[in-house]
Amino acid sequence: MNKPIIRLDKIVKAYGTHTVLDGLSMDVKAGEKIALIGPSGSGKTTILRILMTLESISGGTIEVDGDYLYHMKDASGALVPANEAHMHRMREKIGMVFQHFNLFPHKNVLDNVTLAPILTKGVARAEAEKRAMELLEMVGLADKARHMPAQLSGGQKQRVAIARALALSPKIMLFDEVTSALDPELVEEVLNVMRRLGEETDMTMLLVTHEMGFAHDFADRVLFFDRGRIVEEGPPDAIFRNPKEERTQNFLRKIIAAGHRV
Amino acid sequence: MTDWAGYIGLIIDGAFVTLSLTLCGSAVALVAAFLAGLGRLSRFTAVRALAVTYVEFFRGTSIFVQLFWVYFVLPLFDISLSPFQAGVLVLGLNVGAYGAEVVRGAIKSVPREQFEACIALNFTQYQRMRYIILPQALPLMLPTFGNNAIELLKATAVVSLISLSDMTFQAQIVRAQTGNTFVPFLTILVLYFIMSTVISRAIGLYEKRITRGLDGVRS
Ligand SMILES: Nc1ncnc2c1ncn2[C@@H]1O[C@H](COP(=O)(O)OP(=O)(O)OP(=O)(O)O)[C@@H](O)[C@H]1O
Ligand SMILES: [Mg+2]
Repeated sequence: MNKPIIRLDKIVKAYGTHTVLDGLSMDVKAGEKIALIGPSGSGKTTILRILMTLESISGGTIEVDGDYLYHMKDASGALVPANEAHMHRMREKIGMVFQHFNLFPHKNVLDNVTLAPILTKGVARAEAEKRAMELLEMVGLADKARHMPAQLSGGQKQRVAIARALALSPKIMLFDEVTSALDPELVEEVLNVMRRLGEETDMTMLLVTHEMGFAHDFADRVLFFDRGRIVEEGPPDAIFRNPKEERTQNFLRKIIAAGHRV
Repeated sequence: MTDWAGYIGLIIDGAFVTLSLTLCGSAVALVAAFLAGLGRLSRFTAVRALAVTYVEFFRGTSIFVQLFWVYFVLPLFDISLSPFQAGVLVLGLNVGAYGAEVVRGAIKSVPREQFEACIALNFTQYQRMRYIILPQALPLMLPTFGNNAIELLKATAVVSLISLSDMTFQAQIVRAQTGNTFVPFLTILVLYFIMSTVISRAIGLYEKRITRGLDGVRS
């Protein structure tokens, strides 16, 4: 019955001779809000990028919503590498928000949000714009619809980027340190949007963050990564208040020393 | 007393030939530049190899020799072109080879994050190029394209080699017939200068138009 919406099975990822993920397995249930935390270089971004098909994998399989992400079955039922058409279908299920927003600088805010639905889902412009305005309303930027990205603050850009990803109605959303490129006073406006999303939607959300306080409030489950492995996982209270592993404890101590709220 | 009106008329006729060569040649160059520039970025080795060969060949041999080949040697293989067609083809392919590098460089200078955003939004390769990458790369290409078009204008003079009566050719005729060098060559000096100024102004205006949104002004 309740099959996981994401299943990583023995994922290996290597850059040349440098193995970043060495047989990582994990499941995510539909609707789950997951926070990935861990020291720099532990592979958090790599996992999200692999799920968004921005990287290739060196071994293992990933299932998303009942289908293989990087593989497909051929006529005899054997697993073969997926072709572009298959990946294209699979990507419909997944959206991503980047650390540096990656808005399209030559398109205004409204076009940034409507372009993908119009092009990739064949949504009529009027309908796409109506939906985009609702989303911009939700992130508090309806009055900026005709602005160019260059005219927005970092926090506003990131909220547009969230609206842009939501416009495709993915089942799964990936957030990679979406506030760490922002000036401190702009972090909260983005976190507020994320908080609402977490509460009001049943999307599955995977979030990489160094905002431990936010991870605590937001996540159903926290995964602590180190060197490409899940060292410890559990509900936020267990991880943040009562970590069992020494590496988790050390990491959290350093984060708190660096001035982050838990 | 020399009848200058008639002679200037001859030069004006030549100016039209030069202008047509420049316009048609630039059109061919633009197409060639995009085909070869995109070809060099293709996933397919054969396409890349073809594009590289074209670019290296046309950059590595002189326009003079290329023209000679197209006009005098191709007919031996039953391909005959009119002088005008041969001129347009050679000028276009030659300048297109330089343009291909410009196209490639501009596309490569669009940040990788823009490609990644396109994948995350599930664009096809074509949509990514058409709506996101090229619109950002085009403004970077335009200034060099402008220079290339002016190079092409100046190179049109070589077509007198295959008896096309362009502006330079006509000036030489006038000089031979009147024994006066100053008047015909001053005339074409001014005409070349006007044409190149018009080209660079036109490109400049177009560049301004398409980059308007990018520097933060309301679109
Ligand atoms: N393109 C690449 N080429 C080579 N090595 C890479 C590449 N991308 C990432 N790596 C390596 O993979 C490892 C994991 O990187 P990743 O970006 O996933 O870490 P992270 O947990 O997101 O770290 P951070 O908190 O600093 O963002 C690092 O050791 C990094 O150097
Ligand atoms: Mg990272």
